Amino acid sequence: MNTIKTTYREAVREAIREAIRQDSRVFLMGEDVGRYGGCFAVSKGLLDELGPERIRDTPLSESAFVGAGIGAAMGGMRPIVEIMTVNFSLLALDQILNNAATILHMSGGQFNIPLVIRMATGGGRQLAAQHSHSLEGWYAHIPGIKVLAPATLEDARGMLWTALEDPDPVLIFENALLYNLEGELPADAGPVGIDKAKVLRSGTDVSLITYGGSLYKTLDAAERLAGEGISAEVLDLRTLRPLDTPAILASVAKTHRAVIVDEGWRSGSISAEISTRLMEGAFYELDAPVARVCSAEVPMPYPKHLEQAALPQAETIVQTVRQLVGGHG
Amino acid sequence: MTLSAVASSTSQTEHEVKLLREMLLIRYFEEKSAELYTQEKIRGFLHLYIGEEAVAVGAMQSLRPEDAVVSTYREHGHALARGLSADSIMAEMYGKLEGCSRGRGGSMHLFDARTRFYGGNAIVGGGLPLAVGLALADKMQARNQVTACFFGEGAVAEGEFHESINLAALWQLPVLFLCENNLYAMGTALARSESQTDIHLKAASYQVPSEAVDGMNVLAVEEATQRAAAAVRAGEGPYFLELRTYRFRAHSMFDPQLYRDKAEVEEWKKRCPIATLSQRLRQEGVLTDESLTRLEAEVWAEVDASVAFAEAGTWEPVEELTRFVYSERLAP
Repeated sequence: MNTIKTTYREAVREAIREAIRQDSRVFLMGEDVGRYGGCFAVSKGLLDELGPERIRDTPLSESAFVGAGIGAAMGGMRPIVEIMTVNFSLLALDQILNNAATILHMSGGQFNIPLVIRMATGGGRQLAAQHSHSLEGWYAHIPGIKVLAPATLEDARGMLWTALEDPDPVLIFENALLYNLEGELPADAGPVGIDKAKVLRSGTDVSLITYGGSLYKTLDAAERLAGEGISAEVLDLRTLRPLDTPAILASVAKTHRAVIVDEGWRSGSISAEISTRLMEGAFYELDAPVARVCSAEVPMPYPKHLEQAALPQAETIVQTVRQLVGGHG
Repeated sequence: MTLSAVASSTSQTEHEVKLLREMLLIRYFEEKSAELYTQEKIRGFLHLYIGEEAVAVGAMQSLRPEDAVVSTYREHGHALARGLSADSIMAEMYGKLEGCSRGRGGSMHLFDARTRFYGGNAIVGGGLPLAVGLALADKMQARNQVTACFFGEGAVAEGEFHESINLAALWQLPVLFLCENNLYAMGTALARSESQTDIHLKAASYQVPSEAVDGMNVLAVEEATQRAAAAVRAGEGPYFLELRTYRFRAHSMFDPQLYRDKAEVEEWKKRCPIATLSQRLRQEGVLTDESLTRLEAEVWAEVDASVAFAEAGTWEPVEELTRFVYSERLAP
């Protein structure tokens, strides 16, 4: 297979470029997406190539430009709205929840909102408590929107087009630590499905259920566990709403143990939701209580040692699995 | 008087009678709604527009079918003036399937694709960004259309107002901002919530042409919005009108109105846009007592028919509860 060496950042950029080139209704707007090239350099070069109509710099007005994305979507466009980070998206939460997620319903099915909102999420860069949180699980609470968390190059490249084809609002969360991820991608990589979780490593002793930035820590943990004779399956959720519950249940039906790894906080979280679905749908399959590795329940601290202690780590995952398997194996 | 002047003055008087009829429809429709609310036929919140009819009716004259309207939770008047049927609005307030939003929205969320009526937004200021986006879509697709955006003076305290008008001005988008200044944000008087009470000056600070208009005079509103809409349609960017008006009734059906004097309300009622126009039309001999009574009876008949329509409507089956959360795609 003919492959190309690329990065997560380049894969997202290529997806944006292709979408704008293929569909005259698609455009990108957000803070510093044009002349600056994107705060994470995702859209670097696109302004020169595609022009200011299709690559639109906006004022620092999250609520107005997200709402304008909703309006433009109702007016026949297919906007991609970029918000710098998930923490900033809270300034637009009114538009996302009260409009994007509800207008189809409030209008009795008359007005759908084919809008894509992309934003960076996650910690690990010493950016402290207003730039580092993982609130995608919060968004997954909201009926009316879809929530994607591409973790692989393939998904970074392929989820955007599928999201743009969706008739309803789709939020895409890009873990900022993944932008520099390097790897090989088929030269003809294209759209991928957004409705199924994916087993990225097959195993028989425990299911490690994760998504986004935690995926690589989890794969690392699975590799280390293999060295100890524990066979861990790694399930990449890919989409947090709607959750691929059958895939979660199928994996646990095979391994009989589950550890959920989530960079979000533990209380009232997507990990809690997954755990509940396991209770509801796989209770009698379980050989051990469901375990979770989540971020510590603190606003993200600045110093590196404290931030790393707050985030899920491969070592914590390994220890959690050892206890689970050792105690009941 | 020349023949053509006679013809045009005839058509002007016919037009004024039409404006009166449209205002009467809103007035009677809402009086009936208030009555139905006390009978618990209509539930939830009910925000009446009574007193402000000249704004909706006057402004709507400047719009074409292909234009878009974004409205607030006090939007029965906008919806009726835009051409939604009284039947479909009344059925919506009953929560019936035949309502303009299939009963899913209620009084605060009237929507209608046919007339490009984009709600019924019950978050103060929440509709403004949508209007900017609708106008952006028009501009990007080179459609010569106007998006009319109604909001109250309370909304200008919201960040979304400032963000939206800045964006519309920056990108020169075809938005007609229509601020209904009825002096009270729910129960908070303008002077208690704004350091600058001349609302149109706020728009001017964003380099948007703006003016204040007598919102109790339907002809003044019509003239100003025609002019403003023409500028927007000509590609001159957004335009802002502050329409000075007054709500005769309470904010909602739960409001005991402790925040304003009865004398103040009575003073404003003397400027009732309907009474003023019908009085003048009678003085000018355009309407007689008899023809006015006939007109009023016609409008009441339309309102009564809407009640009958809503009463005869159907409830959406509970089995359909989870519809319209995501679009229903046809099987490939």
